Amino acid sequence: MTTVAGRLGALDIEAIRSDFPILGRAVRGGRHLIYLDSGATSHKPRQVLDAERDFYTTHNAAAHRGAHLLGEEATDAYEGARARIAAFLGADPGEIVFTKSTTEAVNLVAYAMSNAATGGPQASRFSVGPGDEVLVTESEHHANLVPWQQLCERTGATLRWFGVTPEGRIDLSGIDELINNRTKVVAVTHQSNVTGVVPPVAQIAAAAHKVGALVLADGAQSVPHRPVDVGSLGADFLVFSGHKMLGPSGVGVLWGRRELLEAMPPFITGGSMIEVVHREGTTFLPPPGRFEAGVPAAAQAVGLAAACDYLDALGMAKVADHEDALTAHALDALAGIEGLRILGPLDTRDRGGAVSFVLAGIHPHDVGQVLDELGIAVRTGHHCAWPLHRALHAQASTRATFYVYNTHDEVDALADGVRHAQKFFGTA
Amino acid sequence: MDLESMYQEMILEHYRRPLHAGLREPFDAHVQHVNPTCGDEVTLRVTLKEAGSEAVLADVSYEALGCSISQASASVMADMIIGKTVSEAMRISDEFLTLMQSRGETEPDEDVLGDAVAFAGVSRYPARIKCALLAWMAWKDATAKALSKTGEQG
Repeated sequence: MTTVAGRLGALDIEAIRSDFPILGRAVRGGRHLIYLDSGATSHKPRQVLDAERDFYTTHNAAAHRGAHLLGEEATDAYEGARARIAAFLGADPGEIVFTKSTTEAVNLVAYAMSNAATGGPQASRFSVGPGDEVLVTESEHHANLVPWQQLCERTGATLRWFGVTPEGRIDLSGIDELINNRTKVVAVTHQSNVTGVVPPVAQIAAAAHKVGALVLADGAQSVPHRPVDVGSLGADFLVFSGHKMLGPSGVGVLWGRRELLEAMPPFITGGSMIEVVHREGTTFLPPPGRFEAGVPAAAQAVGLAAACDYLDALGMAKVADHEDALTAHALDALAGIEGLRILGPLDTRDRGGAVSFVLAGIHPHDVGQVLDELGIAVRTGHHCAWPLHRALHAQASTRATFYVYNTHDEVDALADGVRHAQKFFGTA
Repeated sequence: MDLESMYQEMILEHYRRPLHAGLREPFDAHVQHVNPTCGDEVTLRVTLKEAGSEAVLADVSYEALGCSISQASASVMADMIIGKTVSEAMRISDEFLTLMQSRGETEPDEDVLGDAVAFAGVSRYPARIKCALLAWMAWKDATAKALSKTGEQG
């Protein structure tokens, strides 16, 4: 493996950038690409692309099948990837379930809960029905919201909400009433993809555990950006995607406490998740195999393991420091622009690197268009967080997100681009 | 391709001073359309005179919440089709749809499209085509509803 830059001191951003081939391409008008949309998907370093390619060129086979050498190597590569990702999170490999995405991982838990009736007595703690409550927050991405709303529709349970403060933080003032004996599960983001807010997951989980409720944390925006250790997280489940953390698309992860995974019924059923199949019925493998029906995405898992190698070589604490510095810079540079309102906290305390804003008199789509013309890639719209936008009185917003390869010059270019948009539309 | 080719003065003019905006009564049909990727919304009402193939668009009123392209498109559309027969308006709508799907490759028919030719540049940006079409799709839907209602009455 190629050495990764920045082992000592701050990250060597130039060296990091040279690992990402796409950052060298030109975009509209021959301009350099300024990619501020890693919250949607990150770019991939050569090391990840090489690992995926190496799997296909030398070991490719269906993992956990086949009486041949390649099958054995593919299985080792896939299980090795599981162990690598477990180490990245301080987890046990048996607690790592591969999914195709964060979204699928949330659905896995939500559907397992509505399948609890098929899981025997050990699955009773997952069962939900009329009178039970499912608690979410107004900050959630639709991926950690709609599956719970649907669970309630299927089972007759009641969906309840933590609201947000005007600053976009979770409003915990009603926590004693919201988390009660009827609460079965609490789903909470570990870092908002709009406001960057990092809620106190451990505090919420402690309250939930007192009443016997389960807690799922959405780590899609946290695991890629700062050290996450499942031992101190407090939650029972953590979900995230590979493609937002320098890994390939098509692979995601569900981490769950072992005793819960062992008691939980499956979601997707079929090949390779079974123990014995008879005409009358089927028994299932222990976890994680029980939750991985079908031929697994081994090359993608291997790519994600390489992404963990890459990030660990940089050091996740340094990654977080770098993004905090970029976020502080962006908040400062943008807050000084007249007519600009930031959705979310104006300081970096308990806040990650998603900076969303609205601009008086210019719709986010139009802001994004002007920025695109300058080579600056941002996200516009509601970012799959419609209830949060409503709560913050924004129809839509423009969002910049940062990662290991972003620079302070790019933050300045964003602020200049916003001013350019104001000039173009004649609002400033 | 530069910004000015997309944001033609005609588009910016309609965006700043939209024509026929606001919801009016009476109306024969009322619809609300949303662009799910960005949350842009248009609420639109159609009022018909006469029935069937002779039906005339007595009024098209709307409230648009969205970007400059979607708002300007609603304004241009209302201004072009109010007072026209449904079949005339449908012809403009079809021509506009063809233009928006052209990726900037076809020459728009100015005789049919009038001010709407200004949106030719938008067709080069796939992500914005839905913005330009939002009001037109809402109008088509509302008109179909209004026609079936007046048909029932007739």
